[in-house]
Amino acid sequence: MSLTERQNQIVTELNALTDWKERYRAIIARGRAMQPFPDDWRDDKHLVKGCQSRVWLHAELKDGHLLLHGDSDAEIVRGLVAIVLQVFQGATPDEAVSADVDFVDRLGLSENLSQTRANGLMAMIRQIRLYGTVFRALAATSSPKAQ
Amino acid sequence: MTTALPSSYPIERIRADFPILGRTVHNGVPLVYLDSAATSQKPRAVVERMSQFYYEEYATVRRGVYSLSQHSTALYEGVRRQAAVFLGAGQPEEIVYVRGVTEGMNLLATAWGRKFLKAGDEVILTRMEHHSNIVPWQMACDVTGATLRMAEMLPSGELDMDNFAAMLNPRTKLISVVHVSNGLGTINPIADITRLAHEVGALVVVDGAQSAPHLPIDVRAMDADFFVCSGHKMLGPTGIGLLYGKLHLLREMDPYQGGGEMIVRVTFGGTTYEEPPYRFEAGTPAFAEVVGLGAAMTYMDEIGRENIEAWDQHILRYCTERMQEIPGMKFYGTAANKSGIVAFRMGDIHPSDIGTILDREGICIRVGQHCLQPVMDYYQVPATARASFGPYTNTNDIDRFIDGLRTVQDLMG
Repeated sequence: MSLTERQNQIVTELNALTDWKERYRAIIARGRAMQPFPDDWRDDKHLVKGCQSRVWLHAELKDGHLLLHGDSDAEIVRGLVAIVLQVFQGATPDEAVSADVDFVDRLGLSENLSQTRANGLMAMIRQIRLYGTVFRALAATSSPKAQ
Repeated sequence: MTTALPSSYPIERIRADFPILGRTVHNGVPLVYLDSAATSQKPRAVVERMSQFYYEEYATVRRGVYSLSQHSTALYEGVRRQAAVFLGAGQPEEIVYVRGVTEGMNLLATAWGRKFLKAGDEVILTRMEHHSNIVPWQMACDVTGATLRMAEMLPSGELDMDNFAAMLNPRTKLISVVHVSNGLGTINPIADITRLAHEVGALVVVDGAQSAPHLPIDVRAMDADFFVCSGHKMLGPTGIGLLYGKLHLLREMDPYQGGGEMIVRVTFGGTTYEEPPYRFEAGTPAFAEVVGLGAAMTYMDEIGRENIEAWDQHILRYCTERMQEIPGMKFYGTAANKSGIVAFRMGDIHPSDIGTILDREGICIRVGQHCLQPVMDYYQVPATARASFGPYTNTNDIDRFIDGLRTVQDLMG
């Protein structure tokens, strides 16, 4: 499934829940279902700046695809982290950098979350795209050597 | 304490004076505003007075030869006289207009601190000070070589008076202490603090940001040397606050900022400064806001500050009692003498989650560290949630808040 397809799927699933409490329950459940985040990575190096509650993010490149781990100390934010990770998980760096990522608006999250929280979500997406850019640049500089 | 019974408090009439309390958020949920410690809402009397001033009376103060400016100046100085009475000051010259408590503290730390502190001197703050009453003094101590010391608090959130008294010595030059804690609600015993401080010849600065909105203030009865408060927390506009200082102390202080109308004569060889309070009011002041603050003080006095205090206590008691219905409720700040601020956590739920869910129910509270990192360190929590009240808060607001906390519990359970 492509990044765009995963994004569409999440938007469809969550927007089917019209009652805000049901949507929040679903968001919280996604956070709880996430893989545990290793304690070693819960440090300043993995902290995403611009979040009201603390958010940690770890990214690596595995077989040319992004492998992402994330966490937050607040449950709703952890659920949002899970959604962001689900969208970007397994994407190629190219895809992560160039895809049209609009699920925050389509889920109405920018209206329903406080501005600081929505900014935090955008900070996290920017951070993942930055990793994508870095991984792409690293691949470009190392590939001539490999040839 | 002579207080009216809360039953005679005209809460419905008061609420009608605050149009914002009638609005809805999130497509039709009525607003419940429980963040008055951050900033209070404004009654019509304040907004309308400022509008009238802008539309019909607006002209610069202390600079004009024309009657419109003289009228504006008379209003500006009239509010100074009113503020002197409101705070219990001896004379209007003891009232300096500032932007708020933050600027007031910076003014004192600069104009008094950097002039009079020297190496070996000690400044005492308490653990429960807001960052705005810590950082300016740290900066002044860095420059002068004076030592900053912290008086400890008790688990109840009350000041440890034995610890405080033991810290006082002839080197103590100044104590800067919060009157009502913004994160705990504790009302500190200022009169006791000033008596002990004055015995060793130290001055006392009182941060009145949270007390001026809730309690009758008498700076002479508490014998404060300086007292600072912010207009926007006491039903007034943003950008204006009051600094009270004993006149002989203000006279000894250097100016804070240089500019127009704070001088007697300027040459490139030197400048002679105005007497207080004008020495500290460089540039064109926020005089429309001064007029608005005057209307806010009048509004509070019309309700009666003893009545506001009694109502605040009534809402505080009601809220604290009802919150105990919620399992896992833990309060931060359980002082016997408290004002209308309740800090709490619910089990392991992150305050950010509490705030986010309450917001969906139309309820505004504050979550975070409240500019009180030393207090968060003391309790070893990264953040707390805080509900705080104004003279317009009613029991229905509290009932909605409790319902909201049950929703939090339901969703996070």
